[in-house]
Amino acid sequence: MVTTAAHEAISRPRPADAASLAAWIIAAQVVDPEIPVLTIEDLGVLRSVRVTSDAVAVTLTPTYSGCPAMDAMRDDVLAVLASAGYENVSVRLVLSPAWTTDWMSEIGKAKLREYGIAAPTGHATVRSSGPAGPIRLKMAVKCPRCSSLNTRELAHFGSTSCKSLYECRDCLEPFDYFKVL
Amino acid sequence: MSNHFEADVPASGHEDEHGHVAVDVTTLDAELIEGPSLATPDVAEYALWLGDDSLILAQQLGAWISRAPELEEDVALGNVALDLIGHARSLLHYAGTATNRTEDDLAYWRTEPDFRSLHIVEQPNGDFAHTIARQFIVSHYLFELYSRLRASADETIAAIAAKAVKEVDYHRDHSTQWVLRLAQGTDESRHRMITALSDLWPYVEEIFRDDPLIDRLEGIAVRPSSLLPAFDAAIAPVLAEAELEVPRGFVASGGGRTGKHSEHLAFLLAEMQVLTRAHPGASW
Repeated sequence: MVTTAAHEAISRPRPADAASLAAWIIAAQVVDPEIPVLTIEDLGVLRSVRVTSDAVAVTLTPTYSGCPAMDAMRDDVLAVLASAGYENVSVRLVLSPAWTTDWMSEIGKAKLREYGIAAPTGHATVRSSGPAGPIRLKMAVKCPRCSSLNTRELAHFGSTSCKSLYECRDCLEPFDYFKVL
Repeated sequence: MSNHFEADVPASGHEDEHGHVAVDVTTLDAELIEGPSLATPDVAEYALWLGDDSLILAQQLGAWISRAPELEEDVALGNVALDLIGHARSLLHYAGTATNRTEDDLAYWRTEPDFRSLHIVEQPNGDFAHTIARQFIVSHYLFELYSRLRASADETIAAIAAKAVKEVDYHRDHSTQWVLRLAQGTDESRHRMITALSDLWPYVEEIFRDDPLIDRLEGIAVRPSSLLPAFDAAIAPVLAEAELEVPRGFVASGGGRTGKHSEHLAFLLAEMQVLTRAHPGASW
């Protein structure tokens, strides 16, 4: 069992030194262009900020391999640090360790629900290889509008890579679900 | 695929041979992994194999946008294609580090014999059942492949695989559900599913063929033939539930890994590459 503090340290590896932390806090203001209530820190996409005497090195990790929002997030990190007076800012993408919805902050999940997107339920499990079986048991997804658990998946792939499309059978509204990865 | 990330690779532009078009320095590609990892020639070739499979399949799936049987499928196939483009970018970027080429150089400026993709990914989209049969075969294969490549001795390959396996897991669920639905739907949908599976099956053998390169990449690559039992075990329960039989019959010649392709690939590349070749260095 991972403690909350240990989990936070993995999900949001804030730098220890004051100079880097100051830059981290600025970079952490950047939001996901598709889901503008979530910052890159809430998502766990911001992986490191290192300030040295003459440069700032930021690393981000993509949520999905082909996520087009990464380009915008990178540009926004460059812009926000430049406007704060930092020079020689570089942004690097890292793939490992692979991003997971487990890194999303509790605050982020609450903001998602408020925004009308159901937050990921449960934890990511990488299934071992072997027979997949046609049916996968899922936890019920709660409607972000009326909180009903009487919902169903309309389409596994939604408006962006990270979401699937659901419908609430009680309030009859469709909604996005941030799927577990 | 062009973007503006920093990279440790020198620029390589492409001059228009007629000299009419000014060519900017090609924008460099994402440094997708920590540190300036350079692929050895053999690893680069392997990354090219896998990257080309994903790239060609993604290009195929993109053609379904606005053509799928329902809006949700437009979105689903587009999302799957986007994931595959992501894998292709990572793999081709890494392959290019061995020869100072960018992912765009590799995607847009190679011709047919230089592509290393399997024949199954260049098979035409056909009707929806053909596309689903192709997805079913390829995504199950890719899941088994990437599951094992997570333990590759090559850190970059392992990192790409660890990312990709989670996405491909969704792809195989998607295709599995459609195989069941089509096979158990109407007489027409069942007939089409059976036809599609038997049309695609001759190209399965090539996927699991051990080309000589594999012998030189012990611990880095996964031996394709070693994936076959797991692949068979994964698809068997689906086919059983769908009451489909594994087609028997001829085996296609293959040869994609050495650049021998069917006529389909040239048409596909012509469409994929035309814009870049007509306007070298263009960006938007």
